[in-house]
Formats: sequence, C-alpha cells, structure tokens
Amino acid sequence: MPIDKSMNVLIVDDYKTMLRIIRNLLKQLDFDNVDEATDGAEALAKLRAGNFGLVISDWNMEPMTGLDLLKEVRADPRLKDTPFIMVTAESKTENVVAAKQAGVSNYIVKPFNAETLRDKIEKVLAHG
Amino acid sequence: MAEPDQEDRIEQAVRAVLGSLSGDLTLREAALLAELHELGRTVARAKAEIAALQVDDITGCHIPAATDELDAIVGHTAEATHIILDACERIEALQPRIGKRAAAVLGAEVTRIYEACSFQDITGQRIAKVVAALKAIEQRIAAATEGRAPTPDAPAETEGRRLAEGPQLPGAAVSQEEIDRLLAGLA
Repeated sequence: MPIDKSMNVLIVDDYKTMLRIIRNLLKQLDFDNVDEATDGAEALAKLRAGNFGLVISDWNMEPMTGLDLLKEVRADPRLKDTPFIMVTAESKTENVVAAKQAGVSNYIVKPFNAETLRDKIEKVLAHG
Repeated sequence: MAEPDQEDRIEQAVRAVLGSLSGDLTLREAALLAELHELGRTVARAKAEIAALQVDDITGCHIPAATDELDAIVGHTAEATHIILDACERIEALQPRIGKRAAAVLGAEVTRIYEACSFQDITGQRIAKVVAALKAIEQRIAAATEGRAPTPDAPAETEGRRLAEGPQLPGAAVSQEEIDRLLAGLA
C-alpha cells in the first residue's frame, strides 16, 4: 500500500535543533506537513485539536514525557490508533519494554541516521 | 560526620572530665585520660578541617559557577548547530539548480550533516545529567553543614519520568539492532 505523504506528522522534542533536524529529514522523505511540539502536554493538545497520521516523539521532556504522552494517546478513543514512533536517547532494555507495553509502534535510539528513520516510518505506516 | 553542636558538646564533655580528674591517677584513669586527650585533639582537627573546606564557597560559588558554565556550553552548541542547519538548508535549496548527480551527492552529504548535528541533543542531555549531579552534591553538602539529614529525592510521579535517565555511556547502551530484536520478540 503506498504511503500517504500528505498526512500531518507531529514531531515532539524539547531540543529545537532536534525538531529542526527531524523536520528536514522528513522533508527529504517528502513529508511536508509537519507540526512541532516541545513536550508531551503541548503535543497532546495539538493531537486532540488536529488530525495527525504519525507522531514522532522524544522521551525525556518536561512536564510530560514521551512515554506519558504515548499512554495518553493510546487511552484516547480518537487517537488510540495513531502510529507513534519513539526517537530517544533512552537506550535501556527497561525503556524499550515499557514503551512496547504502552503501545509504541517503533523505537529509534539516538543518535540515529536518516536511513533508520525512513525504514521505521515505512514499516509503521505500512502496517497502519 | 558529627553535627557542629554535637562536636562542641563532645569537646565540652572532654574538658569537664579532664577538669574533674585530680590527685594520683590509677593506670586505668591514666589510660582514660590519654583517650580523652586524643578525642579532644580529633574533635579540634575535625573542626579545623571543616573550616578549611570553605563549604560556603563550594555551595555559594563553585557549584553555581560550574552549572552556569555548563548551561553556557549548551547554549553555545545550540547556537552553532542552528548556524550549521541554516547553511545546510541554503545548500539544499540549490539542488534544483545543479545537475541531478551533483544534487544527489549534495543531498547525501547534507543528510550526513543533519545526522551529525544530533550531537547537540545528546551532549545537551549528558550535560543536564552533570548539572543534576552537581545540584545533588550541593544539596547534600548544605544538609551536612547545616546538621540535618539530606532531603531524599522525591519519587518520580510517572513511569515515564522514573525511566528518563538520558543517554547511557558508550558500551552500556542498547544498540538499534538489539532494540529491533527486542521489539520483534515482544510483538
């Protein structure tokens, strides 16, 4: 099934440089409709107000972490099926297991390369 | 470490005992006297060492200065990274105006720069961990010198916060390949 690259993508990270890097990498992959949030609470508000086909989120943010955002998304009847990729420096097995149990679609550890991002997005959206 | 008031009380007690001893001393009393002299000297030495530490300098000056310097490093690297990203975006904008093969090479190299620029996020998170450690040291020193028990860290209110530790040291982190295998196994 071809991937709809006109979908809205929400990227969530408290580092502005990281938001910019991911936005530029998404642009190279032809995803042009990208919005940003700098923590889980802001992201949740945007997700509830908008129509997003993919969330790419960091973990370690204040006040709401990426894992807590993921749990909120999966608990929301309207948002629960939104593909959710965690992109984070949290690289312990415990974190990966917790994210999986919370319903993460895929997990990318920082630092990552563009090829990994493309591969995970394609896999997640192909199964979406 | 004994609290300052406690040290004063020990010193006073030693002096009181020494003052109460008079006349011929038995061997046992003489040994006790020697012990008390040594205890008095230890207390005096401890007080001098604490004074020499200049704890106020550590908590009031050195640690805040160190955290300010680390915050400045994060600020400088963020600024530099944005300048690099500005340049990359301008270079990318040239792609339609050059040959297809050259544009592909240019695109690939710009992508490598984007990937490398994620260092700012990783180093920023590592520095944040150092700042947190310094602040914890500052609080413990302050607690020790004020003669109170250190305040225990507040428990993390969510699982996400509890598990948020930032980047692991090289060698301790799980690789992307291991994560992929783990996710496949949990599916």
